[in-house]
Amino acid sequence: MKQGIKNIGRNKMFSLASIATMSACIFMFGLFFSIIINFQNIVKSAEEGVAITVLFDEGLEQSRIQEIGRLIKNRKEVSDIKYISGEEAWDDFKTKYFGESAELAEGFADNPLVNSDNYQVHMEDVEGQQALVEYVEGLEGVRKVNKSDTVAKTLSGANKLILYVSVAIIGILLAISIFLISNTVTMGISVRREEIAIMKYIGAKNSFVRMPFVIEGLLIGLVGATIPLTALFFLYEKAVSYILMKFQVLSNLLTFLPVTEVYKTLLPVGIALGLGIGFVGSFFTIRKHLKV
Amino acid sequence: MIEFKDVTKEYAKGIAALNGINLKIEQGEFVFIVGDSGSGKSTLIRLLMKELDPTSGTIIVNGMNLNRMKHRHVAKYRRHLGVVFQDFRLLKDRNIYENIAFAQRVIETPTRVLKQKVPAALSLVGLAQKYKAFPKELSGGEQQRVAIARAVVNEPAILLADEPTGNLDPTNSWEIMKLLEEANERGTTVVVVTHNHEIVAEMKKRVITMKKGVIISDEKEGE
Repeated sequence: MKQGIKNIGRNKMFSLASIATMSACIFMFGLFFSIIINFQNIVKSAEEGVAITVLFDEGLEQSRIQEIGRLIKNRKEVSDIKYISGEEAWDDFKTKYFGESAELAEGFADNPLVNSDNYQVHMEDVEGQQALVEYVEGLEGVRKVNKSDTVAKTLSGANKLILYVSVAIIGILLAISIFLISNTVTMGISVRREEIAIMKYIGAKNSFVRMPFVIEGLLIGLVGATIPLTALFFLYEKAVSYILMKFQVLSNLLTFLPVTEVYKTLLPVGIALGLGIGFVGSFFTIRKHLKV
Repeated sequence: MIEFKDVTKEYAKGIAALNGINLKIEQGEFVFIVGDSGSGKSTLIRLLMKELDPTSGTIIVNGMNLNRMKHRHVAKYRRHLGVVFQDFRLLKDRNIYENIAFAQRVIETPTRVLKQKVPAALSLVGLAQKYKAFPKELSGGEQQRVAIARAVVNEPAILLADEPTGNLDPTNSWEIMKLLEEANERGTTVVVVTHNHEIVAEMKKRVITMKKGVIISDEKEGE
């Protein structure tokens, strides 16, 4: 351990270069991770808002309506189902469209939505909408199913696209960071090739020679992960409030996760990534130089 | 103690650095190996250090057959050897004390023992006062004395010295040879590869002369 820390001090330039490279890569990783997790959250919230409406044949018995409700609820795509009676539908309509001018609705002697008893069905995932609609339409007693194909398809498509692009970018970043770290470690080791050779001539075991380098790699990984994760922690809140201020129109749609929620995953993953890159970079690079 | 049986080492096919060497060195001997550049002296040392493997033949050291030795046992084997190089090979960023202590740490000597042995080794080579100095602050002769202290601190059975006086003036060369002789008097087998004919002639030890990969003469001590 002591030797690993000393090595960092002895090779300040290489250590700083490694830390800087790793910090940049983990910062980019954290940034994309935050974007993905937030976009998924936004999509999820929007998906939860997308519902299909199931309307029944005129005069259908209440028992059959309840049975249809049970059948729909048992489907795995369904997250929530709510029964809306004709009266509730009319009250809702009045509040929504007449607002404070409730007297306008008094022109209607009877409830015009008397046959509009329905189920509002919310889904786990918009992708399952088509299958659910087809199933419900096939049920006896169902007159009509209202759905919003466009919203569902757009969200589902955007979600996939963002995921693929992000995974590709993170993959490229990781490959670049491993390459750069390995390069930096190689340069560091070549400076100390003589020292390694002396150790081997004296009779040092491979583990004795390797350990300080691996500890050095792990420490560089830890520092290289801590710096960007700390920076991102403080920048996150600022970035969120900036975006919300700039795009006020979309503030209903843009539901950002709190930083603590994002860091529940990002912190362990980021630290593990730093340690992992540090370990892989040092362990496998030193292996080549042990055959003396 | 050291035995070469018909040992050949070829670096490239058909070009032998050593050609059918047969050699026996007994425990406690002091042996010079001399010869021109390219005679195979350094190859012989590198084979003894198990840095190289022979193309054919057998090398036995302390009853261990080096041909059959697995890579993972090499570190343990080298702990029976002390090695001194022409270019000293000290760790430049550590002081003298740390350079010698490093050899002890490699063989996992307890710190309590190390604290006694390192100053003793430094006293042996006359550098006890300079334990805090760094290699660049020492003369060539002093650096080689540190290298000898490092080589003997682990009390090896065999001490291999590859051109130990190659970079030194005559006075320092004699001091180094005296230290190697003292190590030999304490029971260590010493093998010295050198170009320095004056020292070889003066010290009257066993001298093995090599030329183009073969031993052309083997003069016993005092001959």
